[in-house]
Amino acid sequence: MIDFLKSVLGKEKTGSKNLAKERLRLVLVHDRASVSPHLLESLKVDLIQVISNYMEIDEKALDVQLSSDNDSVALVANIPVIKMKRTYQDARAN
Amino acid sequence: MGEVVVVTSGKGGVGKTTTTANIGTGLAALGKKVVLVDTDIGLRNLDVVMGLENRIVYDLVDVTKGNCRLRQALIKDKRFDGLFLLPAAQTKDKTAVNASEMQNLCESLQEEFDFVIIDCPAGIEQGFKNAIAGAHKALVVTTPEVSAVRDADRIIGLLEANNLRDPKLIINRIRPDMVKRGDMMNIEDMIDILAIELLGVVPEDEQIVVSTNRGEPVVLDIQSRAGQAFRNIAKRLLGEEVPLINLERYEEGLVNKLKRFLGFKE
Repeated sequence: MIDFLKSVLGKEKTGSKNLAKERLRLVLVHDRASVSPHLLESLKVDLIQVISNYMEIDEKALDVQLSSDNDSVALVANIPVIKMKRTYQDARAN
Repeated sequence: MGEVVVVTSGKGGVGKTTTTANIGTGLAALGKKVVLVDTDIGLRNLDVVMGLENRIVYDLVDVTKGNCRLRQALIKDKRFDGLFLLPAAQTKDKTAVNASEMQNLCESLQEEFDFVIIDCPAGIEQGFKNAIAGAHKALVVTTPEVSAVRDADRIIGLLEANNLRDPKLIINRIRPDMVKRGDMMNIEDMIDILAIELLGVVPEDEQIVVSTNRGEPVVLDIQSRAGQAFRNIAKRLLGEEVPLINLERYEEGLVNKLKRFLGFKE
């Protein structure tokens, strides 16, 4: 009864706008990535650069994309490793 | 030299033409020399919103194709000496003009006018590219709906990719009662999502329909709240600091007064 009164009198703050905002947030992650395909390419180049400090990777087979679940978007990268670098410790020490 | 401002949205029906007409008329009412350019070739409407549809002789395509001089195609508004309209062609399509022709046109117009305000067609194709070609500044009109905000976001990306940095946002048709009960995105929500600077907020107003019926821009209606919002936007375009209108005030209907009386509302 109290709930009913609250909803009639507009005290309840669980309107549909939060749903709208959440749906927009998710759809815009994809939209913005596709407006600039450049973005993912540039991310790839940076990833290769950073990872190469630690291991040798197959740059040609590297695959980076956005994948979405119902309520979240993830950056999925598949990066085949050729071999690990032994010099990692040394590089850090210097 | 004048400023060339393009009014965009991506999605159709959010109020680009109404916004163009009202901002332009508002600036003219403040004493500026203004020309409104309708680039929606094949679907022209700015002429009827302005109430100038019976006076069209030449149009935008006639000018770019050299069928007439620019001066001959400009229609002088009946209300303000400094207000003119360059109508779109109705019988051609959007490919009848190209981006460099639009650029030249904007360059000629900005020499004579303080403001050149361009009404962009919906969509992101040739018509959009033409409309933004000669612009210095872009306004993005949206409504508090998922579809309109999504398209606005895309347009913002395309404007920035075309070197029209820092577009300004106009939120149109907001309904304070729906915002209050959480059924419509509020101003902060939309700025948060689109991440651009706000130029103004225009409440939903029946007077818009009435003023369009009459061909009299609502900005001239002293009673109208949408008119007040457009007057404020015109002032902000001139660099004046004007606070947002209080949307809450208009929402105080009978039901709310009753709620307040019964103590359900602080």
